[in-house]
Amino acid sequence: MSGPNTNFDPKQVSALSAEAVDQMVAEAVAAIAAAGDLDELKAARLAHSGDRSPIALANREIGALPPAAKADAGKRVGQARAQVKKALEDREVVLIAERDEQVMRAEAVDVTLPANRRPLGGRHPLTTLMERMSDVFISMGYDIAEGPEAEAEWANFDALNVPPDHPARTMQDTFYVESPDSGVVLRTQTSPIQIRAMLDRELPIYVVAPGRVYRTDELDATHTPVFHQIEGLAVDEGLTMADLKGTLDHLATQMFGEGIVTRLRPSYFPFTEPSAEVDLECFVCEGASVGDPSRPCRTCGSEGWIEWGGCGMVNPRVLQAVGIDTEKYRGFAFGMGIERTLMFRNGVTDMRDMVEGDVRFTQAFGVDV
Amino acid sequence: MRISLSWIRELVDVPANATGRDVAARLISAGLEVESVENVGEGLSGPIIVGRVHEIEELTDFKKPIRWCQVDIGGDEPSGIICGARNFVEGDLVVVAPPGTTLPGDFTITARKTYDHVSNGMICSERELGLGEDHAGIIVLAEGTAAPGDDAAAVLGVGDEILDIAITPDRGYALSARGIGREVAIAYQIAFDDPVDRPEELPAPAQDRAPNACASDDLASCPLFTLRTITDFDPSAPTPQWMVNRLRDSGMRSVSLAVDITNYVMLELGQPLHAFDLDSLQGTVRVDRAQPGEVLETIDHVERKLGNDDLTIRDDRGPIGLAGTMGGADTEISDTTTNIALEAAFFEASIVARMGRRHRLSSEASRRFERGIDRTLAPVASARATELLIKLGGGRYQGMTAVEAPMDTRVITMAASHPEAVAGMPIDAERVVSTLESVGCAVTSNIDAHGNQLSVEPPAWRPDLTDPADLVEEVVRLVGYENLPSTLPTAPAGHGRTWAQRVRRRVGAVLAARGMTEVLTYPFVSQTEHDALRWNDDDPRRDVPRLANPLSDEQPLLRGSLLPGLIAAAQRNVGRGTTDLSIFELGSIFRGSVSATESVRPGVHARPSDQEWDALQDLLPQQPMHIAALWTGAGEPRGWWGTGRTTQWTDAIEALLVIAESAGIDPDRITVEPGSDPGFHPGRQARVLVDGTRIGHAGEIHPGVLENAGLPARSCAMEADLDAITALGVDARPAPVFSTHPVAKEDIALVVSADVSADRVAASIRQGAGELLEDVTLFDVYEGDQVPDGHKSLAFALRFRAPDRTLEAEELAGVRVAIVEQCASDLGARLR
Repeated sequence: MSGPNTNFDPKQVSALSAEAVDQMVAEAVAAIAAAGDLDELKAARLAHSGDRSPIALANREIGALPPAAKADAGKRVGQARAQVKKALEDREVVLIAERDEQVMRAEAVDVTLPANRRPLGGRHPLTTLMERMSDVFISMGYDIAEGPEAEAEWANFDALNVPPDHPARTMQDTFYVESPDSGVVLRTQTSPIQIRAMLDRELPIYVVAPGRVYRTDELDATHTPVFHQIEGLAVDEGLTMADLKGTLDHLATQMFGEGIVTRLRPSYFPFTEPSAEVDLECFVCEGASVGDPSRPCRTCGSEGWIEWGGCGMVNPRVLQAVGIDTEKYRGFAFGMGIERTLMFRNGVTDMRDMVEGDVRFTQAFGVDV
Repeated sequence: MRISLSWIRELVDVPANATGRDVAARLISAGLEVESVENVGEGLSGPIIVGRVHEIEELTDFKKPIRWCQVDIGGDEPSGIICGARNFVEGDLVVVAPPGTTLPGDFTITARKTYDHVSNGMICSERELGLGEDHAGIIVLAEGTAAPGDDAAAVLGVGDEILDIAITPDRGYALSARGIGREVAIAYQIAFDDPVDRPEELPAPAQDRAPNACASDDLASCPLFTLRTITDFDPSAPTPQWMVNRLRDSGMRSVSLAVDITNYVMLELGQPLHAFDLDSLQGTVRVDRAQPGEVLETIDHVERKLGNDDLTIRDDRGPIGLAGTMGGADTEISDTTTNIALEAAFFEASIVARMGRRHRLSSEASRRFERGIDRTLAPVASARATELLIKLGGGRYQGMTAVEAPMDTRVITMAASHPEAVAGMPIDAERVVSTLESVGCAVTSNIDAHGNQLSVEPPAWRPDLTDPADLVEEVVRLVGYENLPSTLPTAPAGHGRTWAQRVRRRVGAVLAARGMTEVLTYPFVSQTEHDALRWNDDDPRRDVPRLANPLSDEQPLLRGSLLPGLIAAAQRNVGRGTTDLSIFELGSIFRGSVSATESVRPGVHARPSDQEWDALQDLLPQQPMHIAALWTGAGEPRGWWGTGRTTQWTDAIEALLVIAESAGIDPDRITVEPGSDPGFHPGRQARVLVDGTRIGHAGEIHPGVLENAGLPARSCAMEADLDAITALGVDARPAPVFSTHPVAKEDIALVVSADVSADRVAASIRQGAGELLEDVTLFDVYEGDQVPDGHKSLAFALRFRAPDRTLEAEELAGVRVAIVEQCASDLGARLR
């Protein structure tokens, strides 16, 4: 509702003429365009669109017009106000963008400053390599089995078909836990975990057992008295050496990539019969260094093949020692050195690097190998 | 076993163009591990010539005695050669490398002036020619071996190839030319003339000296003992060069003809032999256990104290040899021995192995007996050696005495289809039979309703063949492992990692992500390391197993804590210049000693009873999985951002809390309280409990420990029982229930006595606030102005939220009052 007519003043009403309104708009637009920053824009807004601005005052006077002129003037002033508002908005967008750009330009930093304030640590590559190898088997349905490092001699030797005076016991020099007759040794291999798995688990059994083992070797570039192995064991009906070979081929491919060539070579282990060594064709020289002194290969020692581990069909005597029906079940088993695998997979040349705990070694591998 | 290709060729008609490497490849495929193939005289080029030393002039003007020799090498004039060796006399045949010849190691001989003479060549030792290791003197050839000017390379077997084969314990038969020859013949599928089958060429016994009787008083350990008597042997007869070469190529030195023949026949056939000086023997030669307290000096001049576990060869006076291991010094043949008693016997493998271990004595003989030799071989090998003694040393044969127990026959029954089933590839019955026959088995086939059953009698030289599985290996290895197909079995659905395995992996990953580095240290420790950690005498961490045969006498104990290993690793890193360190280890520790009172040994022919298995477990020390960490220097490095931050006791406690939380333990189950480990700073250490159970310890390492260890001051450590954490942890954690209503924040500062722990204040706040309190965070600890002496101000940021509504100011004010009242009544706290 418009205001009372009592204050009607013809002089003021003249401000509502078309020319006057256009003039107001032109002044307002010019002032807005001239605003160099948001503060100036704010002042321009107050002056040309605020309560005391000419247009606001003009608007107020519309009510005083005779009814016939009201609509016309109202339309005119309304358009003027819209024009000014639009100019303000447009200018504001531009000025905000300018201001933001300026602020961010001022806030720019040297992004090449070192950003290693909390460097990533590392897990030992032997740990992560064991995990990775285990992962391959978990994906095939195997479980991870474990056993103690100080182990019953019975599980480490006797049950694995290594009787007390067997020369195989001297193949691996054993740490005995005092006294020598205690029947407790530091396990010389992860194979006693096979015995535990077969005593503890339901058939069929598919397990893989990574772990730490001990032999009385002095530490040097290629030997360490404390090292790691991963053992695999499958006991089921109808298992064959071909299954063993296929399993090792799969592991080799996962660890060394497509195209790796494996070889099973007859060998001897008391706990497997038939037994084999698993060799990998040297993936550096692919055998080209053999008999060619001009192309020596450090990875395989110019042998063309790298010994990776031992394997075979579980000796029925071992199955017998844990009470598994040898008429019905057969098994295969394999084991390989983690250190060796790391040495030729990742090019570690000195065994001591793996055991000394120098953080520079581990950090180079990050959190996974 | 080292053997020359020429020796193999003598036994097997190997294709003429086959090289040592070719033969090696065949043997490797059949399961003999050929470690290397070497050339005799590798690196030698140019002629080497047989020379006769005409004249020796001793030059004495030099620091060492030097000889100026005139050597006839077949030319018109003798060559003058300087030589430093002294093991030859005028008239000896030697080997000369003339100028122009290159010796191994790229050493080319030139005519050069040395010791005031122009030396026209070099008189060589075995090692200088790359033939063997002997460098005690130059090579002196036996008279009649060759003439001056002859090609010495041919005489010495230069250019022959040596296969060095590692023999696995099951293949004792391959510790002989006979055994390797057989494998080569099988590999090439050509006939093998077993040298054992050659007709004996012994003369009739002369019978002018009665042989000593022999006996075995322990037929189980020695079921076969033979003694052949040879008299009138010429001790000065030389060993023919071909035999010297073969011994050398097999890694043995020529000693004297009689000894060389026993060694040669052992290498040839695999039967160890021992030659006694017949005239030193008295009465019956018998085999029996030693009497406790007896002593025998063996030929290596070591006095061996004997016991009832030792099997000895004895005459009327006592022990004269350790059976199958080493002979006695008193009865050894010497360079004047003319009458010889030649022992050839079968000793049981395990008794020889035990003696070898007890006396720390391994000989060529014991290596063969330990692996099991051919039970029928002794008389054959003894005849072969006797023939050689007569032929080469002119001895006279006087006959043989022997004692022998009856021999068991071994027959293994196996289905002909068994190898095929185990291998997973087709191998027909015919192939099975022919393969087993090729390794020397006698096979009979019985076809009945159940199929084709084979009865297999292994040959005497294969004591390792006892089970069907052994026969399967023989068949499959000779069919060829390379022919095995590659298939994958179908395992039943698996279970993935166990909870404990997942916790371990998680904890390792979490710590690494926090910038820590994993180390793996040896678990061997010393008492000194325990002392260095200031542990009390009755500290349970000292109660650890001891090794009977530690690598180092200084570290005979197994670790009862991971801290000694971490300290050593830290010292190594600090020593190498890495002083800002945060390392951790995850591994087993050992607790409790092993009682040696009675050892438990279940049998191996059936599953152990539960009681037996439990008894075995009880033998073992406890081996919980621990996790520990150690920090030195800056935890956050100095950089352009500032000075860095030195690791402090809180980092150690925090790591422990993070580990527990990684195992799914809610923070409100965890209590941290002051600790009392003597290895830590008495005022800066905490023990951490979960539901009241102690899980670990953390804090600043005792300054004294750090000083002794040479580690930076303020270094911190943590150790926890990961098995305990795993047991307390929660695998499948329940989802939280939380309100979406607005949070209300309040800060509150309370003044309490300085000895009141922050933890207790927080607990009182929680109690006073009730269920509306969502979180309490201590953000300031202040002592000083405006706080009375002996007091401190703790400022907490509190967050409140209701499950069902927006909290009103009046309600919050009431809670605040309740908090202050609770703290006042519990702890005497007042609002600051």
